[in-house]
Amino acid sequence: MSDSILQIRNLSTGFETDDGLVRAVDDVSFDIPRGKTLGLVGESGCGKSVTAMSIMRLLPQPMGRILSGEIRLEGKDLLTLPDEEMRKVRGARIGMVFQEPMTALNPVHRIGKQLSEVFRLHTAMSGKEAWEQSIEMLRKVGIPSPELRAGEFPHQLSGGMRQRVVIAMALALKPALLIADEPTTALDVTIQAQILELIQELQAEMGMSVILITHDLGVIAETCQEVVVMYAGRVAERGNVYQIFEEPQHLYTRGLLDSIPRLDTPRKARLKTIPGMVPSLREMPVGARFAPRSPHPNAKEYLNSDAFRTTRPPLIEYQPGHWVENAEVVRPWNDSAKDAG
Amino acid sequence: MPPLLEINDLQMHFPVRGGLFMKTRQWVKAVDGVNLALNAGETLGLVGESGCGKSTLGKCVVRLNDPTAGQICFEGKDIATMRRGELKPMRRNIQMIFQDPAESLNARHTVGNILEEPFIIHKIGTPAERRRRVAELLEKVGLSPDAAGRFPFEFSGGQRQRIGIARAIALNPKLIICDEPVSALDVSVQSQILNLLNDLQTEMGLSYLFIAHDLAVVKHISDRIAIMYLGKIVELADADEIFRNPLHAYTKALISAIPVHDPRQRKQRILLEGDVPSPIDPPPGCAFARRSWMGCPPEWLDRPGTFKEVIPGHWVEVHPATVENYQQYLD
Repeated sequence: MSDSILQIRNLSTGFETDDGLVRAVDDVSFDIPRGKTLGLVGESGCGKSVTAMSIMRLLPQPMGRILSGEIRLEGKDLLTLPDEEMRKVRGARIGMVFQEPMTALNPVHRIGKQLSEVFRLHTAMSGKEAWEQSIEMLRKVGIPSPELRAGEFPHQLSGGMRQRVVIAMALALKPALLIADEPTTALDVTIQAQILELIQELQAEMGMSVILITHDLGVIAETCQEVVVMYAGRVAERGNVYQIFEEPQHLYTRGLLDSIPRLDTPRKARLKTIPGMVPSLREMPVGARFAPRSPHPNAKEYLNSDAFRTTRPPLIEYQPGHWVENAEVVRPWNDSAKDAG
Repeated sequence: MPPLLEINDLQMHFPVRGGLFMKTRQWVKAVDGVNLALNAGETLGLVGESGCGKSTLGKCVVRLNDPTAGQICFEGKDIATMRRGELKPMRRNIQMIFQDPAESLNARHTVGNILEEPFIIHKIGTPAERRRRVAELLEKVGLSPDAAGRFPFEFSGGQRQRIGIARAIALNPKLIICDEPVSALDVSVQSQILNLLNDLQTEMGLSYLFIAHDLAVVKHISDRIAIMYLGKIVELADADEIFRNPLHAYTKALISAIPVHDPRQRKQRILLEGDVPSPIDPPPGCAFARRSWMGCPPEWLDRPGTFKEVIPGHWVEVHPATVENYQQYLD
């Protein structure tokens, strides 16, 4: 218990649409270890952002709904908290940073004021104290001349600066957990490097846990200790970063790792690809969802079988701490002909 | 063989107007003196961050922008100042693929209509011939011929990009400007599109100007790479050479910023201070001088660097703030 700051158990989240209820997150479980960074990785429609929104209970209303499960923050189930209590948790216990800083920043208020507001809402600080703390936070996140910048409006700052302000707001109350949803995707690569470095420094200093949501495997490799790979609303694989990068046990994880052009890939060589595309959430089978795109020799047979229609593959522990969705057609296979060649 | 495309001292300055009489107050110097040559059959990668001018440069080549100065010579003819009438036949030879396929495909037209349009504009083929050609194009980019009857919204991002590519190759162009063609796509789809672009290049003898911010992607597809900063080219070399032997401080910072896909190789990064600069009224002299970790002697702050070929095929902006031991390269 003391090893994990957050425990997600059997979380399912859905959205009401014209076509009925669509499950964006389908029975997902994993733990966030205390003081570490967990990378939540996957492509469009995999459910990673919806998982984060579920933890924060910030699903769009009225369409979004948590259908079942538990989310325990240091023992307390967040999903059963009254709204008033949950509001206190947000900001004070869990901070969140989004891809687009303007989702968190009010364009008509100066940034100093927005940061002060975080302190005023959650603590008994006076206006003056809150302002001073705000300047300190701005300095801490690397904003030059913070006393001057605090009087500016969001539009007067660059994207990188705005993201720093949002990080300052998320960390102002020293939360135990920071959820960063694609925090650098909209930023230039040299700015991305600065922001990632900043998050890591603050984490070390504050002993904070971080959930880093991204589609960029390079960012995961550089910053995370634990990794959860999601596909089509489910966990495909999870383990520590070395296990996932060096011994991936799910064909989707392997496909992702193989298809990225890296600096050591020979120029103009054919890139390995994952054929097809991520399925629509409206047409989800019960069986292994990656099967239609799987290169496994028995995939076609599986797609026509009853198992694909009725049986959900379990997660098994391949080695300590390393879990993978276990269906034959999404696991690597021994191709003796290939090995001999 | 002369280069297919030669860009000389290209400038694209946008006025920033304001005040009561809409006077020009400032200038956005998006492209500020660019010299570049692209050979037939080659892919030239153009890399830089927001505001460096790479997309603006691409748009100048297809005349979506009218350059404020300089020349763009395609097969020897300067298209920078050509009038609309003369430009039309040139457009068969130079095409563009855009970053956001959703924005560049007309949502109200079927895919078939979108692909037929180039033929109709240039008065090529009978209706039956055009439809046959559309089916061929769809197959060439990996889509089924029945896509012709559907609308862009019915397709995924990767498929829409294939449609955009099909439109670009419809008239067998010689040069395609690719403006961030894979940035908006999922990782597993990016590699499909990069493979397609490489295959088409081999099959059709195409040349590409490949504009992107992702160095790993650019390295994979390019023969040579140009690095752009604040409206100017700061380094240009063979793709392997740029990574093996980057000379410019900014190039080194860019390479260093790329996350490595190997958890055992967590590296010491070069971290640049401050923001990517704005191209509005940039300071005189070397644009990177103030941001370079190499520092800059005060007398050089407002002096520009010299863009020279310091090793055969390898060009770089030489300045004390950008290149180590710069003196050896200056006469």
